[in-house]
Amino acid sequence: MSIRCTLATARRVLSQLRHDPRTIGLLIVVPCVLMALLAWVFKGTQTFDEIGAPLLGIFPFVVMFLVTSVATLRERTSGTLERLLSMPIGKLDFLLGYALAFGGLAIVQACVASGLALFALGLDVAGPTWLLVSVAVLDAILGMALGLFVSAFAATEFQAVQFLPAVVLPQFLLCGLLVPRDEMTDFLYALSSVLPLSYAVDAMRAVTTSATVQSDTWRDLGIVVGAIVLALALGAATLRRRTE
Amino acid sequence: MNSAIAVAGLRVLRGGRTVLDELSFEVPRGSVTGLLGPSGCGKTTLMRAIVGVQIVAGGDVQVLGRPAGTAPLRSLVGYVTQAPSVYADLTVGENLRYFATVLGAPPGDVDRVVGEVDLEEYVDSLTASLSGGQRARVSLAAALLGTPELLVLDEPTVGLDPVLRRDLWRMFHDLADNGVTLLISSHVMDEAVRCDRLLLMRDGALLAEDTPEELLRQTGTKDIEAAFLALVERRATEGSS
Repeated sequence: MSIRCTLATARRVLSQLRHDPRTIGLLIVVPCVLMALLAWVFKGTQTFDEIGAPLLGIFPFVVMFLVTSVATLRERTSGTLERLLSMPIGKLDFLLGYALAFGGLAIVQACVASGLALFALGLDVAGPTWLLVSVAVLDAILGMALGLFVSAFAATEFQAVQFLPAVVLPQFLLCGLLVPRDEMTDFLYALSSVLPLSYAVDAMRAVTTSATVQSDTWRDLGIVVGAIVLALALGAATLRRRTE
Repeated sequence: MNSAIAVAGLRVLRGGRTVLDELSFEVPRGSVTGLLGPSGCGKTTLMRAIVGVQIVAGGDVQVLGRPAGTAPLRSLVGYVTQAPSVYADLTVGENLRYFATVLGAPPGDVDRVVGEVDLEEYVDSLTASLSGGQRARVSLAAALLGTPELLVLDEPTVGLDPVLRRDLWRMFHDLADNGVTLLISSHVMDEAVRCDRLLLMRDGALLAEDTPEELLRQTGTKDIEAAFLALVERRATEGSS
């Protein structure tokens, strides 16, 4: 572990993004447009208040998953990852550098989208705003960590993009947004219980309905953080200094 | 320990095919050694094994007295792949500053290596906007950062301007005079005369290992291309008899 290498990697990833303003624009604007569309579709009903907050976490989750899996795949195919791993940098330094850079971006993204939803679109949540934003940021970081991990199993950008429906959509179907988790069959409930997005949505639900922070919410957030750490550790395990 | 590289019985399989078969040789410290052979003969695989990024099936590769690819070597071995491995979406300066930080190289090092590969006017240019040869020089510059004791360069001078090529070979020899060992691959035989020693490769095996002068003398030929042919024919007759 070297803080120097971690910070240098984070700075490098941010510099790459700075040269690509369109990607930054898309990262910030797309979740906002989707939230606005959602508010418009459900105008005059209770639905926006019910699902607005969970989706505020899911949109950044999806976007960050996609961006990171493609970014790390590019690093693998361009030979820069191999070069880096032949240098004195730890695998964890590399991953944490990415996590730091994209995590920072996730904070900006979540803050802008939450701000828009709360102040312009009239999203009504009972719980504290800081918790709403925090869960959204955690969701984005979870998407990033999963994206880093699955990029190891993609050899081409076509494959990397296919991992979005393969990894993200099942979590979306089972997270309790479409059908409440306690109404699912035992098997589906068990399946949804091992998927990290379910806990993120549970936490968002709690923020929507409850004015105080409950212990269940802390447990849910703890599980999301655990899933992030696990995905990063698995991601580090897929980085190989020696290849065929 | 006099050898910078000591390879013994190296075997590498790729996709079930033997790419390198029982390779053994040594490269003395402070020399410029050329690794010559046709495209596809295993030059890159051998270089990857020396850098320690290649999974090997058998044999032993010692680099600077340590097993190839071990942690202490990571700041002592510079490796330039055939395709430039730098970030196309960063400027030349940003690329080199990043690699310099990872290597723990002193701050002035970026300016030094940029001068050595003659890219001063492109420091603030986006790497993607450079020509192929310029990008290859950015990749080479990254390997020169810090204080490498061994440089493994995979076809570093392909497609470069003759003047720059001459200057780079001069720099390679200056580095060798200061004790740095260089292993440089090429499929162009006319670069052979610029090397102190040669490793001639064909079909995953070593044809010969000697100085250019000695190879010409032994084969009674005038250039390395002819020497290479003579060695291939000699081996063929040895094999059939």
